[in-house]
Amino acid sequence: MAALLVSFTGCKKSSGPEMQPAGDTIKVGEFASLTGSEATFGQSSHKGTVLAVEAINAAGGVLGKKIDLLTEDNQSQAGQSSTVVRKLISSDGVVAILGEVASSRSMEAAPICQENKIPMISPSSTNPKVTETGDYIFRVCFIDPFQGTVMANFSRKTLKLNTVAVLPDVKSDYSMGLAKFFKEGFLADGGKIVAEENYSGGDKDFNAQLTAIKAANPDGIFVPGYYTEVGLIAMQARQLGITVPMFGGDGWESSALIPIGGKALEGDYFSTHFSPQDSSPAVQNFVKDYQAKYNGETPDAMAALGYDSAMMLADAMKRAGSTDGAKIRDALAAEVNFPGVTGNITMDASRNASKPAVILSITNGVFQYVETIAP
Amino acid sequence: MEFLQQLINGLAFGSILALIALGYTMVYGILRFINFAHGDVFMLGAFSGFYLAPKIATFVPLPSVAGAILVLIASMAICAALGVVIERFAYRPLRKSPKLTMLITAIGVSLFLEYAGQFTFGASPKRFPEILPVYHVMKVGSLSLNSNQIIVVVVTILLLLALRFIVMKTKIGTAMRAVSFNPEAAALMGINTDIVISFTFALGSALAAAAGILWAVNYPSIDPLMGILPGLKAFVAAVLGGIGNLPGAALGGIIIGVTETLVSGYISSTYRDAIAFAVLILILLIKPSGLLGKKDIEKV
Repeated sequence: MAALLVSFTGCKKSSGPEMQPAGDTIKVGEFASLTGSEATFGQSSHKGTVLAVEAINAAGGVLGKKIDLLTEDNQSQAGQSSTVVRKLISSDGVVAILGEVASSRSMEAAPICQENKIPMISPSSTNPKVTETGDYIFRVCFIDPFQGTVMANFSRKTLKLNTVAVLPDVKSDYSMGLAKFFKEGFLADGGKIVAEENYSGGDKDFNAQLTAIKAANPDGIFVPGYYTEVGLIAMQARQLGITVPMFGGDGWESSALIPIGGKALEGDYFSTHFSPQDSSPAVQNFVKDYQAKYNGETPDAMAALGYDSAMMLADAMKRAGSTDGAKIRDALAAEVNFPGVTGNITMDASRNASKPAVILSITNGVFQYVETIAP
Repeated sequence: MEFLQQLINGLAFGSILALIALGYTMVYGILRFINFAHGDVFMLGAFSGFYLAPKIATFVPLPSVAGAILVLIASMAICAALGVVIERFAYRPLRKSPKLTMLITAIGVSLFLEYAGQFTFGASPKRFPEILPVYHVMKVGSLSLNSNQIIVVVVTILLLLALRFIVMKTKIGTAMRAVSFNPEAAALMGINTDIVISFTFALGSALAAAAGILWAVNYPSIDPLMGILPGLKAFVAAVLGGIGNLPGAALGGIIIGVTETLVSGYISSTYRDAIAFAVLILILLIKPSGLLGKKDIEKV
């Protein structure tokens, strides 16, 4: 019933953009997967965003007003994001939207933001299609072609692999996109793809696919999925006697990965946005503030990107000198070398962030910094 | 060799489905009703193990075989009690109502267990503790068999034999078969049908809990909605084998498990469920009562 009411009010789309922020706060909406299968991503991203908003408000806010962050949970479920974003725009009257981690859920919200001319910044959706929705949709992370290419280069040049098997999640745009660009890059570098299998997010048994991969005898396996399945895949692969390294993208980076996969993940690699081991002062200050606020917890990439998304929005509002959607949009599009904790961010013509990637390895049950690869 | 490995994978997966399918088929045999909450009892079995394992580890070290057996038995006991409670409060008051009422109630119980589970355990997946030591038992060429897969198959066979013994050789088993043939006549002969029905739910739920533990040992990421798909597949397995028929449910589970594994391995996991369900439709077109579903076979 509640969902019905919300989507009903969502039909009155004209009310959104005309609503001016009332009082002495600027309302910013955030939608995140705070519960459900990608909850650890949503939680990290949310914590980073909250830290940024608190820092902005402590420094006097934006345009003389404090930022009021309104957060909605989509439970990691398809269909929920559009409902909660409609609610944020039409009944809460937010001036901008921050979210989401998963590309498929960002794509659900993007057309609604575009239609209402509310700027949206995705912290960590890497699928190219997210920002193709329209000129109000931005992101502070790099995109799949870059991440896929980085992993192709890394596996071909640093790990010196000749043959690779690919095992993406067919249900996820993110995973399929990464697999596609990895294959293109790996083939262009003279490598060979010897097996292409796939699975559906939520699966628990991967023995069939892994047995087929084992028969093809690759030098490595590219698994561009999310941590829940990656942990199980690694475990079942090792039980089948597959010993070659596995590697993937930023969907691996979660504190829940190691508890699920355990020792099976030793010696595996993934690309991501950020390493808390980076010695630059900006990163170290961020890590220190984050640990102070969240009981010594070390921030991951999702937290850093959540932080950057809110910081960049505040920067754009300051430069625009207004909370008008169109003016914030123009300021965001003109962002050059914004000093984020995940590296210097420049918006390209397609509203994607151009910035470096980091490769991490899993050694002795912890993520270790390996190298940074510039765009 | 790859084919053989796929067959082993399918057998292990199918054995778990078979255990769940037995619960559907037993309840159907007695009450002519599909207990849709059965897949969620399977989930609760895994969660019982999740919460019991650390407690049991305080006096029996885990991972160990003895500890794993304790976890298994304790979870089966908890779920058996739960099955009896569900039947007593949700289904028994409706026993004289139309079958459709009970069916809708079963869906309600299922949703209740799933979302009460999300509320109590949290929605994010949990890592099931290692209760069994994992090691490679056999490596012939590229074939590798891990102890978990063997344990799944062995435990399933043992439970099946135990079930067969209970149903065929014991007094309560005879009573179950009598109620299955004709509840009114059985009651007239002095059989307490309420006790028989409670016992059937206890037995089916205990098997679901065993399946939950075996599942969690093999795929150690558990969440409150984990029972939906295996429950549905096990229901299909029960229908495939001939609902109401015990060996049929076991056979159906293995057929679904092996078919799914072979489709994922050789065709594409995208078509896995579609092809497995197409096989079901095909078999039911040829043999509407299911593979082993005959009028004169023993029913429970």
